This record gives sequence, C-alpha cells and structure tokens, in this order.
Amino acid sequence: MDADPLSPLDRPHSYIGRSLPRPNLARLTQGRGRYVSDLALPRMLHAAFVRAPYAHARITAIDTTAARAMPGVAAVMTAEDMAPLVTPWVGVLTHLQGLRSPPQYPLACDVVRWQGEPVVAIAAATRALAEDAAEQVIVDYAPLPPVVDAEAALAPGAVLVHPDLGDNLAYSRRIDTGAVDAALAEAAVVVGARFTFGRHTGVTLEARAIVADWDPAEARLTVHQGTQVPHMMQSVLATHLGLSEAQVRVVCRDVGGSFGIKIHVYPDEMATVAMAMRLARPVRFVADRMESFVADIHARDHIVDARIAVRADGTITAFDVDDLTGIGPYSAYPRTSAVEANQVINLIGGPYGHANYRARARVVFQTKTMMSQYRAVGHPIAATVTETLVDLAARRLDLDPFEMRRRNLIADDAYPATSPTGLRFEGLSHHAAHARLRDMMGYDGLRAEQAALRARGVHRGIGIASFIEITNPGPAFYGVGGARISAQDGAVVRLDASGSVVVQASVTEQGQGTEAVLAQVAATALGIEPARVRVQLGDTDAVPYGGGTWASRAAAIGGEATWQASVALRANILALAGSMLQAAPETLDLRGGAVVDAADGRERMTLPELARIAYFRQDTLPRGVQPELIAARHYVPRDYPFAFTNGVQASLLEVDVETGFIRLLRHWVVEDCGTPINPMLVDEQVRGGVVQGLGAALFEHCRYDAEGNLQTTTMADYLVPMAGEMPDIEVAHVSTPTAESALGAKGAGEAGTAAAAAAVLNAVNDALAPFGVTITELPITPEVVLRALGRG
Amino acid sequence: MTAGPVSITLTVNGEDVAASVPPRLHLADFLREHLSLTGTHLGCEHGVCGACTVRLDGAIVRACLVLAVQADGRAVETIEGLSASGEIADLQAAFIAHNALQCGYCTPGMLIAAQDLLRRDPHPDRAAIREHLSGNYCRCTGYHAIVDAVDATARGRADGR
Repeated sequence: MDADPLSPLDRPHSYIGRSLPRPNLARLTQGRGRYVSDLALPRMLHAAFVRAPYAHARITAIDTTAARAMPGVAAVMTAEDMAPLVTPWVGVLTHLQGLRSPPQYPLACDVVRWQGEPVVAIAAATRALAEDAAEQVIVDYAPLPPVVDAEAALAPGAVLVHPDLGDNLAYSRRIDTGAVDAALAEAAVVVGARFTFGRHTGVTLEARAIVADWDPAEARLTVHQGTQVPHMMQSVLATHLGLSEAQVRVVCRDVGGSFGIKIHVYPDEMATVAMAMRLARPVRFVADRMESFVADIHARDHIVDARIAVRADGTITAFDVDDLTGIGPYSAYPRTSAVEANQVINLIGGPYGHANYRARARVVFQTKTMMSQYRAVGHPIAATVTETLVDLAARRLDLDPFEMRRRNLIADDAYPATSPTGLRFEGLSHHAAHARLRDMMGYDGLRAEQAALRARGVHRGIGIASFIEITNPGPAFYGVGGARISAQDGAVVRLDASGSVVVQASVTEQGQGTEAVLAQVAATALGIEPARVRVQLGDTDAVPYGGGTWASRAAAIGGEATWQASVALRANILALAGSMLQAAPETLDLRGGAVVDAADGRERMTLPELARIAYFRQDTLPRGVQPELIAARHYVPRDYPFAFTNGVQASLLEVDVETGFIRLLRHWVVEDCGTPINPMLVDEQVRGGVVQGLGAALFEHCRYDAEGNLQTTTMADYLVPMAGEMPDIEVAHVSTPTAESALGAKGAGEAGTAAAAAAVLNAVNDALAPFGVTITELPITPEVVLRALGRG
Repeated sequence: MTAGPVSITLTVNGEDVAASVPPRLHLADFLREHLSLTGTHLGCEHGVCGACTVRLDGAIVRACLVLAVQADGRAVETIEGLSASGEIADLQAAFIAHNALQCGYCTPGMLIAAQDLLRRDPHPDRAAIREHLSGNYCRCTGYHAIVDAVDATARGRADGR
C-alpha cells in the first residue's frame, strides 16, 4: 500500500513548522545592526525642534534671529517657511463615515494644540548644536484653555479644539441588532460597569528615526526611515512634497521596534524631509526619549460603559456598550484615529454566541498628544470589557469561569459563523483552546492552592480571558476608504548563478522574524536549506509593491506571496531541468539542493550545476529553451475581509492587600494562528505581546495634569515592564489553518497583547472577591487597589 | 553654551584612542558619533533603559551617564570588542538559539549585563537572572527567552562547554 501522499507543505525536508533560528541575528548580537539612528551620510545635518510648552495656546510671535546667527546652524524654519514645501494632510477615510479632521501641517500654524507639537525646526551640524539653537528661539504664546477630559470635551459650552468644526466630536458610530432592550428585560442577570483605560504608548527602544537625502542633480529623494510601511511612506512623501512616487525611495534596514508606532505620518519627520530638500543636504532626526513620549502616537485612552444580559442557565443574550475615546487634536494620517474605537465596538463579545448587540462609539478631539493605532488596536479594550463582564455574570450565577465560557463560546464545529456585529469567522477553536489551557495550567490544583492560601491571608487570583484577533486584513481595511495603503504584498524569488536563492518581498522586518519565515517558505518550496536563501526587504527601489508590516500580516500574507512565487520558480526550474535531462518535469522534484527523480529521490543534477548551464552555457540547451529562473507573485486574501484568530490566556498573581502591590506569578497562553511557520518565533511574538499587555495592566500610563501637561516624559516616570516584574509565560498552540492560502497561516503578532490585561484584571478581581470589590480600571496601580479596598 | 574641547586618551576595546571632545559629550555619543562604534545604543539617555551598557575598567556602566572626559585614562569595552575577543561567543550563540532578541536594539546592552552577572555568579537561578537584567529594557521578547538563553549559557559553562 502506498504511503499517504505528501501535502505541498509536508514535503521531504519541509521547513514549515520548524523552530529554526533567525538568519539575521548574529550581526545584531555583535552590534552590527544597521539602524537609521546609526546612519551617517556625508555633509549630514541634525534636526531638533522647538516644541509647544502648552497644551493649547495661540502663537503671537516667533523670533529666530539669534538662532539663525549661531555657527553651525544651517536652517531655522517656521510654519511659514514650510508652507511652500509641504502640503498639509487630512486624516480621514471615506469608509469611516462622518469622520472629520482639519488639515495638519509639519509645524504649528498660529495655534498649538498639544504639549510637544513642533513649532520651529532647526538643522545644525550636530544634534547638540541644533538643541542649543532651539534654546535661542523665542516664541511668545497666549495660552488658551486646554481640552483635557474627553467627557468634558463633549459638554455644552466646551472649549473647542477646532472652532470651525462647531464641536469636538470627530466621529461616532452606532451598531444595533435590534432586540437588546428585550434581552436585558428578560435576563436573569444584568451586570454592568464603567471601565477606564489609561493612555499608553509604544516606547520603542530605538526612537523614531529618519535620514532624508535630497539629490537635486537626480531630482530624487532617498529617505532612510525606521518604518513598517516603506511604500505607504513613498506615496505620502511624494504626495505632500510635490514629487512623483518614482522620485522617492524609502529604505528601511533594521528597526529598533515598531509596534504600530512607526506606521503613522509625523509632523517632525515631514519637516525633516522638507529641510533636507530645502538645504540639499542629508538631515537626520532621531527623537529623544522625551520627544517620543510627547510626539509618538498614544493609544487606548477609553471610557467604556457596558453591560451584559445573561439567562439563569448562564447563556449570554446581549451586550450593550458605550465607548468614548479622546484622540488629541487631529486624526492621524493616513490611517485615522477612528479605527481603535471602531475595533472596540466591533470586537466586544467576539468569542461568544450571543444574538443581540448594541454599541455606540464616540471619538473626540482634545489638546493632548495624538492617538491612533498601536499594537492590537482596540483588542485589549474589547477583551477587558467582555471578559470582566463574563466573569462578573458568572460570579452572580455561582458558575466557574471556565464553565461560564464553555456554555457561551461559539462551538468549534459551528464554522463558518457570523457575529451579530457582522464579523465573519472562517474557523476558530475556542473550546479546544480552553481545554488545552485548563490542562496546561493545572486549573483545579491552582484553585485548591488558592483556597488553602486564602485561609492563611494570602490573596491569590486566577484570571481567564478569551479573545479573537483580527489578522491578514484585505483591502476592506484601508483601501476602500481611499488610502494608498496596499493590502496585497509581493515577492520575487530567483535562483542566482551559484544556485542560491534570493527573495525580495514587500513585507518588512521589525524583528518579528520576517526574513526567517520567508527563507523557510522559499526553502521548503525549492528543496534547499534556508541558509542558502537570502532575503531582501525594505527598499522601494528593490522590492515589489506592497503593504508592509501591520495588523499581523507579514508572515501570513508575505509568506503566502513568497510561497506562490517559489512554487512558480520551482515549476520553471523543473521545466528547464526536464529539457536538460530529457525527462518529463512531473517526474522530477527539488530536494536537498538538487533536481531528483520524484519517485526514488535519486539525484539527477545539483542546483548549482543547473544554474551554471542556465546562465553560462545556453549553447548546450535545446533551441527555444529560455531559462527563466525568476518568478514574481502577489497575494491578498479575498474570501474573508480578515482572518480571525482566537485564543485564551490565564494569569496567576498575588495581591498584597496591605500595600496594593500585585505580583505576577505565572501566565499562560493558548492561541491558534493557523499554521505556525516557525513556532519558536510565534511563541516569542506571543510572549512579547503578553508583556506589552501586562505593562498596560499594571504600570504604563501617560498621565496628564488638569492643564494638559504630560507628567510622564521619562522612563523613570512612565513605567515599562522589566525582567524582574515579569513572570515566565507558557505558550501552547491549537492549529486551525485558513483554507484561503496554501500555507494556511494567520497572523500572530497581536494575540499576546489582546487579552493579557483582561486576564490580569480578572485575576485581581478574583483575588479580591472575598472583599466584595471589583476593579474596572487600568493600569491597576497599588493606589487603585488600595482605593478599591477602602484603604487608599 | 559649550566650553572648549578637552583632550582625552583612553583605550577602547584595547586600542589607544586620543580625542578632543566637548566636556558635555557623553560616552555613548563619543563612541557612536566620534568612533562610529554604533553597537552601543541609546534608548533613553537617562540611565533607565540599559541600551548603552558598556564596560568601564571592567565594571558595567551606562554610557549615557558617563561623560567622555570621565573616561580619560580608562579602558572602555563595547559590544564590538566583546564580540571580537570571543569572550561572549557562547552567550551570543545562546541568544540566537533561543530567539532571545527580536529587533536587537537592546541586545548589546543585554549581553554585556548578562555577562556581568555570569562573571559574578556562575550559577544564577531564573529569579537572579531576571533581577540582574532588570535595568535592561526589552520591548519585543517578553524576557522569557532572554532568561532561557542566560540560563543555558550558565549551564553550558558549568559543564565546561
């Protein structure tokens, strides 16, 4: 009897699903990274900015005389100087109906609207000289009342951030499936709460960095930038600097962390490029840490009033949600600042089978740093609201959290399924994931231990949080709204003259392992070792056109494009080998770096030998045979708008009820990203995401005073998670591949962040259950705990 | 405003260096901008993130909190020097094998801090590793794999590998 036929992914020596080390790590461990902040070009100048000291003020005068006169200072520019060079941008998309935002400029014109908004740009011989010059610029301000609180911003008579708009509402949206009031009326239990989420930000270790280089002789702009989206930036720069896209090259080598912070258009970066063009000299801008805190995109500042309706048997029948978020003075360009609120109300209740849903989202202007997309956009808010309400309802019904979820999660055999909010799920595995988690954490044992410790006054908590994650977005995400943000990605794969393989792809590397994943995919299709595949990314002059890295798409979409291109190249190679060997191509295969007989694996010709003949000895080939040892393919998912993934997390922690301190003991994640191409990389993506979620749960907070001054502008004030406070994190997988692609891979980049804070909040409330208190506020600082316990 | 330049002589990764530097220049900027040793990274310039960790006369310091003039007459070792000498080759290999880095920006400082621990305490447990690395911020990995890599290196050295 024949053995089972091999699937295309399960070839001999397949590298799909193998935990291989990344090929680009050795140079990074030796300090040989090529980050933009390391780049020094001949005659390069350094940018610094005079930034607004007020949250809201009218600029009455700017005197740059002294700064301009300083030795080493090449340019001191104001909004007026920028006007002929850069056109303003507007962060709206047509599919987010009603979203409005005024034009934004590289430097503030007349009025500053957040503390840290750039007002004057300086280019000088060194960054230190540029900062010296910034100190010599005199800006006179007439302070205006700040708009700090999002609820107050909507009150009648509120100060207007943009008087021309008539009010501070940027965007609102409602969802109503119809029967929520009836479900609430019929419910055995209705529980609700007000949830507040602190602002936080990405804190990439390498700050935003850009080197702009205008060559007037070639009329060509080269921008080296730490970015997730080279082609989007090429389009943005061309559009707003009056160039054609062909005149703009964006290059991105190593990036010191992104997490969604580096997909936005920033005024200081646009001003840097404009200065480089004006001066015809390279200009570098690397934000310092304080600039990062005041000018990088913030996220998550939401207030959510929500309730859940549940029958006596634990069946969830409805969610009713009202979300309010403040986004600063402008909607971010080009992805807008409405997507997070949109995702919050799309995703709440997502794992569950309830029929009724009603939600409102409101997005308001305020005079704080701009907010927009950051890792796991909207997911942590949706998961925290959903999972807290589910636990509160379970407690009222005296149901165990696992049992409550078991009764409500969409059945694993119910797919394809559509949520009441219209989300389409191709295939999820909630029940399998929960069973795996329960087993892996030893749930029953932990409950017994918790009870024993509680009797001794030790307050441990166990929290569970289910989640769904949006990955692999198609063109419905941005393209339909008019943004030049491509949902497709391309890959070009070629066999070079030495028999090695080169992959050029439009997805980018931010450290998540894109190069490794693409090499594994190409190596599998072409039957060679990954070490013989060189991957080139991040250069609009060299790689095919595509979207880049965002919304957990690089491995799945870029990987699929690479797979398809590699399969096409494989066909070309086998056709050529067939003509050389006078064999039918279908009787041949590529294995171990050679053309072999498919039937018995006998080597017929090595790839270096095939390449040698193809490139140097065409005279030996039959007439009419033209070797084409290169193939290009592009890929975009079309069947579903997104590939949803799912998973569940658990947190074990201890609350010191005397001090309010929380000690994280263990954390577990089971997630389903379809086919994991490199499980080791997926695990560390998940863990890194979890830790960002744990930071949000316990530490991270951009705190403002009543005047709109940001109080947390150093890493001593804004607390990030460090190794000492973090627990070991166990990760396991369930695999439900998507049928849309040959690889079956879905995204994994945001799963960890999606539900980590929700698991922690549920664990804290579990620990505090004997005290009859519930916390619904993030971050859960010691002060919050003590206040909840009445000891603050 | 700036005072006049100061002449300094020091060794960097064993090589003699003579330079004339502004008194306000910190050691990390001196290494990066004057010597093009860009493996020493800057994350906060505030002494919190650890990205600029280097050795000064054998002890680890934050290069953003040391002025270049303070390094006069002293020996500086950076990730480039520790890589070239092979002193941390096993630790670097363990970081690669365990995927203990993603973007790699924290990695030089993390490696130098980890090596400092292993020189003081050849058998640290996971808690001791986490404690010693608590001054080095990594936004990407979640720290778990870094602890794994340091732990594996300690065990390997104990086994004489």
